[in-house]
Amino acid sequence: MIVAVASGKGGTGKTTVAANLARVSGAALLDCDVEEPNAHLFLKGERRGEPETVSLLVPEVDEALCDGCGECGRFCEFQALAVLGKRVLVFAELCHGCGGCLRVCPRGALREVPKRIGVVETLKADAVTLIQGRLDVGVAMAPPLIRAVKAKLPQEGDAILDAPPGTSCPVVATLRETDYVVLVTEPTPFGLNDLKLAVAVVRELKVPFGVVVNRAGSGDGRTWEFCREEWIPVLAEIPDDRKIAEVYSRGEMIVDRLPAYRNLINTLWLKIKGSHD
Amino acid sequence: MKIVFSTSGADLDAPLDSRFGRAAKFLVYDTETDTFTVVVNLQNLNAAQGAGIQSAQTVAASGAQVLVTGHCGPKAFRVLKAAGIDVYTSDAPTVAAALTLYREGKLKKSLDADVEGHWA
Repeated sequence: MIVAVASGKGGTGKTTVAANLARVSGAALLDCDVEEPNAHLFLKGERRGEPETVSLLVPEVDEALCDGCGECGRFCEFQALAVLGKRVLVFAELCHGCGGCLRVCPRGALREVPKRIGVVETLKADAVTLIQGRLDVGVAMAPPLIRAVKAKLPQEGDAILDAPPGTSCPVVATLRETDYVVLVTEPTPFGLNDLKLAVAVVRELKVPFGVVVNRAGSGDGRTWEFCREEWIPVLAEIPDDRKIAEVYSRGEMIVDRLPAYRNLINTLWLKIKGSHD
Repeated sequence: MKIVFSTSGADLDAPLDSRFGRAAKFLVYDTETDTFTVVVNLQNLNAAQGAGIQSAQTVAASGAQVLVTGHCGPKAFRVLKAAGIDVYTSDAPTVAAALTLYREGKLKKSLDADVEGHWA
C-alpha cells in the first residue's frame, strides 16, 4: 500500500507523522519534499551507495539545420524557447522536459541534452529504508525529481510518501498513483483554509483520504465541523503537548521517546491499512 | 525609429511602468511620424513564468530598436540583446517625461540586466 502524507499548510507535522508511521510499520519512507528533505533528521540513517544524479532532457539547437520557423517557440507553454528571426534562444531553467519542441520541429534541428536537477539517495535506518530526493540549489523544477524518487518505490510491501506542502505541481506529482492520502492539519483558521484546498486537490485526483489533526487543543472546533460536514474521517488527533515539541526539536521520534503516544501512531497505521482492505 | 515604453496606461501622459515583463501595455512610439500605437500585454501580466521572455519577443515583433522601461531582468535582457534592441532604464513618472529624457540624451543605456530574475 502506498500512503502519501500531505497538507495544505506547511509546518503542520507531515514529516513527524510520516517518519513515525514508517518507524512503527517498517514501511519504506520516500521523502518527496525535494526542495527541503528533512525526514533524515529524524530517522538518522546510513547512506547506501552513492547519490544518483537526476537529469532533465532539455533542447539544444543545431543552428545549421534551424530555419527559424518558430514552431518550437509557439509550442512551448513555458517560454523556454524564444525565436527571433533565425535565432533560437533556449532557457533551459524554464524547460519542463516534455520533449514537445523536438516533435513539432519540421527540420529535426533540435536534440535533447541532459541538464542536472538534483540527486536521489537511499539511506537505511534500522528497519526503515529512506529514499530522498534533493533538488539542486537554483533549480525550480521539482516534479521530475519527485518522479525519480517515486521510481524507487519498492516492488513489495508498504511505502509512505512525505509530500511537500501546498497544493501545486510538486504535491500533485507526489499524490498521483497512491492508494491513500493522510492530510495533516492543525485546528487553526490557517490550517483549515489550506486543508480545504488540499481536500479539493485529493478529490480531483480521486484518491481516498483522511485527516490527522495535529496540535489538537489549540485553535477552535471548525476543523472537526468541516470534516463532519464533508464526511471526511478524522483518523487521529495528536494533542498540543509541549513534550512532543521538545522531542521534535531534538530530532527524535515520538514513538521512540514518548511511549504514551505509541498507541496513537499504531492505531493510525491500522486505520490507514484498514481503509485499503 | 520606434521606441517602446512599458506603461500601465494608453497615452503619453500615462505612467511609465517600472516592470517590463509584466507591464500592462507597451506604447510603441514612432519618432519619424511622432505617432504611437499601444500593444496590450495582458497574457504576460498573468503568465506563470517567462513573462519577460515573451514581452521581449513582443517588443522585437513591434520593430522597435529601443526599449525604455523601469527595470529589466536577465532573461528578457538576453532576448532583447539577441534582437538588437537597446535597453534604457528610467524612473521618469510618465511616458512623455521618459521620451523627453531619451531625446535629450539623459537616459543611460543598460549593458546588462539591472535586476535578478524571479526563477533562477
